[in-house]
Amino acid sequence: MSITTYELNHLDQLESEAIHIFREVASEFERPCLMFSGGKDSILMLHLATKAFWPARLPFPVLHIDTGHNFPEVIEYRDQRIKELEARLVVASVQKSIDDGRVSEEKGPRASRNRLQTTTLLDSIEENKFDALFGGARRDEEKARAKERFYSFRDEFGQWDPKNQRPELWNLYNGRIRQGEHIRVFPISNWTELDVWQYIEREAIEIPSVYFAHEREVFRRDGMLLADSDFVTRSDDEELMTRKIRYRTVGDMSCTGAVESEAENLKQIIEEISSTRITERGATRADDRVSEAAMEDRKKEGYF
Amino acid sequence: MEFLRFATAGSVDDGKSTLIGRLLYDTKSIFQDQLESVEAASKQMGNEHTNLALLTDGLRAEREQGITIDVAYRYFATPKRKFIIADTPGHIQYTRNMVTGASTADLVLVLVDARHGVVEQSRRHAFLASLLRIPHLVVCVNKMDLIDYDEKAFNSVKEEFRNFAMKLDIPDLSFIPISALHGDNVVERSAKMPWYEGSSLLHHLEEVYIASDRNHIDARFPVQYVIRPQNEEHHDYRGYAGMITGGVFKPGDEVVVLPSGFTSTVASIDSYDGPISEAFGPMSVTMRLTSEIDISRGDMICRPNNQPTVSQDLQAMVCWMSESTELTPRMKLALKHTTRSSRVMVSEIQYRIDVNTLHRDEKPESLKLNEIGRVSLRSTQPLFFDDYRRNRNTGSFILMDEVTNATVAAGIIVGSG
Repeated sequence: MSITTYELNHLDQLESEAIHIFREVASEFERPCLMFSGGKDSILMLHLATKAFWPARLPFPVLHIDTGHNFPEVIEYRDQRIKELEARLVVASVQKSIDDGRVSEEKGPRASRNRLQTTTLLDSIEENKFDALFGGARRDEEKARAKERFYSFRDEFGQWDPKNQRPELWNLYNGRIRQGEHIRVFPISNWTELDVWQYIEREAIEIPSVYFAHEREVFRRDGMLLADSDFVTRSDDEELMTRKIRYRTVGDMSCTGAVESEAENLKQIIEEISSTRITERGATRADDRVSEAAMEDRKKEGYF
Repeated sequence: MEFLRFATAGSVDDGKSTLIGRLLYDTKSIFQDQLESVEAASKQMGNEHTNLALLTDGLRAEREQGITIDVAYRYFATPKRKFIIADTPGHIQYTRNMVTGASTADLVLVLVDARHGVVEQSRRHAFLASLLRIPHLVVCVNKMDLIDYDEKAFNSVKEEFRNFAMKLDIPDLSFIPISALHGDNVVERSAKMPWYEGSSLLHHLEEVYIASDRNHIDARFPVQYVIRPQNEEHHDYRGYAGMITGGVFKPGDEVVVLPSGFTSTVASIDSYDGPISEAFGPMSVTMRLTSEIDISRGDMICRPNNQPTVSQDLQAMVCWMSESTELTPRMKLALKHTTRSSRVMVSEIQYRIDVNTLHRDEKPESLKLNEIGRVSLRSTQPLFFDDYRRNRNTGSFILMDEVTNATVAAGIIVGSG
């Protein structure tokens, strides 16, 4: 930051914009919460929220939609951070939604709990009466997300109507909702993947070890490397091999792919991201490969 | 690195999506998997060339109808700057979308088809850019390839546009002849137009000077949130959190708090990373004062010798954005201005402006969707504001429908009383 010229660099501007939104929601909503997956974007969100309210604690709880298919490293990280921040954690479990008969498990070798999360999330919103949910989605991730607002209105069914969004002007956000409706809030809308990594490096934010290159037993499916785990069923021609890999995104173990990488530290990750020619979701997300509009369709139903 | 936020506006089929696709492609901001999916989609739709417009039109309905529905945001960077594009469609809801996209922009890029010259929509875009006080306007005269890169044709578009722009307030106006399809003058200077001596579009975007566009004179700090940790370590801590929307604040500055009018001194400006010696826009900070006075969200901290207008009556240019209702005299609406919420009543609609001819219709009965007019509003509470011309943050507001909660208008303050 250069004081004499009164200019802010891009990371300072992005940080300030996000902090402004965290504070605005905390002022205008009664029951916000921060959705946390353990991925780098939600870790960044937790860091920004901490900065927004320092020296006070977070004025809202952290919500984890737990598919039960987690990387153990990520759960360990989550519990550690929550303890450090003295924050309140709410866990909504997809397994419980299945046990309660709210959803049924997908069948077959490619079964994933990705889509089931939506029901668990919407049930949890209703149960806890959340009226604003912070999410770490970015507009550069995916073309449906490029049309998202900072404040994204959801009706009483949790649905997103992309053709009928509220115009968002200057930095004046319309937080008016009726009972039963809620908003999703995306404070890091304007960040790119590279911004996220540069900021993580600058702020020395700790992240789970799965983001750094390590050796792991993987197999190839649809051109992606998936980790072997109890949550996936391999077919006979999907052979296991040991590769040096890292994760660019971290989600459900059954549908998050790894990339082959030698990047063992943040500096090397930033170099790798700067020169890559594949988007992070394209490289690592089986859930986006269903169709051209896979993300839009899930979002309309109430997905993250 | 520095940011440049720009909005793009164009009319039907003038090649705006192609230009954005070109900028992203030539700056290597498009990834291989994105390009492959666009190539596949183009083939499926029977397009001869890869249709770069599909990069930006992501929604199902947009692809099906071949149009852009909503403002989309795109990101790219060069070694010199990072760019955020607000891509505003020319088809549906053009005024509403352009006002939305341009509200946060430093620069507006207007596309004109070289074969058709300045059309009604070009005039509308220029008017909206000047209404929203966008300091920089770049006119790209596109499809130069279809008129044999003719200098005379370019100059006549330029002259026509300038004649119209003279009636507006546009501090910085530039013209660039391009072919988005072939990439002429987009990233590199084109060899096909040796008569053009200016810079390429990308070079212009990298170099345009925006640092002086922000107001660093009038100190304004709308209180957004009060931080009171109430824990052992910070027992008596009371900090006022918010974003600086004008001027510079330093510890030791004498300040006045509106609406109470109490004066105090800045004790410290805090952040998670430590104390700040000088705070300026758009920094989000937490301010502490030396005296204990009652301050809450919606209050404004400023300097005693430089205060905003305090009034319940304001004069504003309003752009109406609702499809289902019209703005009429005596109507009551919810207003949000800085961090302050209030109710307002429309006292009077003075005139409606024809965005194509700039003609004023005096005393219209109402303002309909996408119409712009000058209105007088009466607020239930005093507001602390500046002319939009002086400060975009303290001079702007939104209006919301009290029943449907929809955002129904964008407002630009032009005076009080």
